[in-house]
Amino acid sequence: MAMADKTTSTQRVEQTAGMPTLHKAIFVVLLIGLIALPFFAYPVFAMKVMCFALFAAAFNLLLGFGGLLSFGHAAYFGSASYVAAHAAKVWGLTPELSILCGTAAAGVLGFAIGSLAIRRQGIYFAMVTLAFAQMVYFVALQAEFTGGEDGIQGVPRGNLFGLFSLADNMALYFFVLAVTFGGILFLYRIVHSPFGEVLKAIRENEPRAISLGYDVNRYKLIVFTLSATMAGLAGATKSQVFQLASLTDVHWSMSGEVVLMTLLGGMGTVFGPLIGAGIIVTMQNYLATFGAWVTIIQGVIFVLGVLMFREGIVGVISRWLKKPL
Amino acid sequence: MINKFAISTLALAAMTGAPAMAQDISVKLGVLNDRSGIYADLSGEGSVVAARMAVEDFKAADKGMTVEIVSADHQNKPDVGSNIARQWYDVDGVNAILDIPTSSVALAVANITHEANGVMLNSGAGSTSLTREQCRPTTVHWTYDTAALANGTGAAMTNAGGKKWFFLTADYAFGHSLEENTTAVVEANGGEVVGQVNVPFPAQDFSSFLLQAQGSGADVIGLANAGGDTVNAIKQASEFGITQAGQKLAALLMFANDVHALGPQTAQGLSLTEAFYWDQNDGTREFSQRFMDTHGSMPSMVQAGVYSATLAYLEAVQTVGSAEDGKAVVDQMKAMDIDDALFGKVTIRADGRALHDMYLFEVKTAEESTGEWDLYNQISSVTGEEAFLPMLDECDFSKQ
Repeated sequence: MAMADKTTSTQRVEQTAGMPTLHKAIFVVLLIGLIALPFFAYPVFAMKVMCFALFAAAFNLLLGFGGLLSFGHAAYFGSASYVAAHAAKVWGLTPELSILCGTAAAGVLGFAIGSLAIRRQGIYFAMVTLAFAQMVYFVALQAEFTGGEDGIQGVPRGNLFGLFSLADNMALYFFVLAVTFGGILFLYRIVHSPFGEVLKAIRENEPRAISLGYDVNRYKLIVFTLSATMAGLAGATKSQVFQLASLTDVHWSMSGEVVLMTLLGGMGTVFGPLIGAGIIVTMQNYLATFGAWVTIIQGVIFVLGVLMFREGIVGVISRWLKKPL
Repeated sequence: MINKFAISTLALAAMTGAPAMAQDISVKLGVLNDRSGIYADLSGEGSVVAARMAVEDFKAADKGMTVEIVSADHQNKPDVGSNIARQWYDVDGVNAILDIPTSSVALAVANITHEANGVMLNSGAGSTSLTREQCRPTTVHWTYDTAALANGTGAAMTNAGGKKWFFLTADYAFGHSLEENTTAVVEANGGEVVGQVNVPFPAQDFSSFLLQAQGSGADVIGLANAGGDTVNAIKQASEFGITQAGQKLAALLMFANDVHALGPQTAQGLSLTEAFYWDQNDGTREFSQRFMDTHGSMPSMVQAGVYSATLAYLEAVQTVGSAEDGKAVVDQMKAMDIDDALFGKVTIRADGRALHDMYLFEVKTAEESTGEWDLYNQISSVTGEEAFLPMLDECDFSKQ
């Protein structure tokens, strides 16, 4: 096992020699852009984009690198947002502890659902995850603490570490930037670790990975749990930004939206989900004045995406550049 | 889009550069509602039309007021709605947000409005929390709430002889609270509840539940559900011939445009409470005809509520002299005597709840109905004090 891990990791370095510089450059540009962003765009909107970017990136870890299509990621995103909102509002915890509570809850839920779901493959796997997500939706609808269809409202923004007030949009923005950017870097690290290489091997050819001696189910469960946890981090952060948790976050259409974001941006690319999330959230927000046209425009863009950018926007750019992005 | 628009308006204002005259008051209204989903007919573009009509009827321009209206679709998502609301207040200089159906979005906007010292004139949402658990000094809840609808229907029908009730309850918090509210009213008026059944939410097939209700011997079958569930239940009840067989069907949350969509053939004999119906008096008919000419359908009570709330708001702004301080404007609205063409006498209670009469209607039969929009017979009315829940002490903002 250890030896196998080592070989794959050295192979990676050979294959991708010189590449990390490009990624590093993109990350630096991205970070500078994000630091400057709130001075041009509306900070709350920018925070929403970042939360969804992290959510899509977490989903992409599972779909793009693990090859597992989950149709129930809203369950982790939403349950984390409920737990974090409840922790901040009722237990009076500080934002970072609330987010940790939410993230941990999503992780536990992901582990429990994942350990059952990974026993099936393909469409059956997707259906099992969808079924569990519907159960979570049902709980959110019925349970006392979730407030039914009103959701949890008026969550206080609180003081970071009990010291710094996050009531100001700018202060909150940089906190959210740190959390989501950290989360995305963490996901990047996972993908480019020996563990990530094994994942890709399983995605490409599962029987072969088994024959090489990998405990495939263990890898799948770990990646499922990791993906659920990071989706939870996104959901928990979002609940602090909007000061609410609602049924929208656990609804199946949220699971669908994250699939759309990932596919539009480029499945299995590092930056694709971020672009996809940016596009979808921007459309939802800035096309809001067009009323009923939002869904039509969204549909047209998706059709164009499927026809012209079958590998997603970043996937196509990556092919032009002949470099993985 | 919103941003660009705001920037261009600002730029324009900067370019013209004329110093504002003392009596010049500029007001920016934002109509935030569902323009693509299930509440689009009920609120949607029609609410924007209603707000525009209110501005015209107020003759804002003659009174030295510049009123601008922006609108957006919250897609029934609280995060989209709260993002737009924040941006409107923080960046675009919106003074008041109107309509806002969908309780979860309305509650989020109520909080943001309070933080930004704006004004929320809610017409579309039904949650009683807006003036109770989550009451805010900057909230005005104009048209209806679920308790008033349940109250109106429960009391009037029990008094009219519908003593035995059976409930079909959507199995989630909203359905249960609707059932609970109505049960209390039915019992207070000497009626009894002979049974109830919880229906999974959302439901397509109501046949077994309707058969139970039919077999229960109840006089009235109460539909403690909303939206698609109510519509499905009514369609299937019509197939079973429930109202024709003598039992009454009471919808606890339903609107004229739903009834219009179902048609009198299907919905005949259904009882429901509303705050407004186009064919009530000359005032409502005149307004509704003008609305119809612009929008192509009769106004729902939500759209009528947007019109009347906007009128009252503009009057309050004129008295206060500025739209900047949301709480001051709301306080003025609470202090005013409002005699409205559509809602009659309206008082806004200290907690933000607008009190006006509510009416019990019965849907006409297909033979009685003389036109596409000739839908209701008015059965009775209740005053606002009776229909709406009493004020909670902690929401009495006149004492704070």
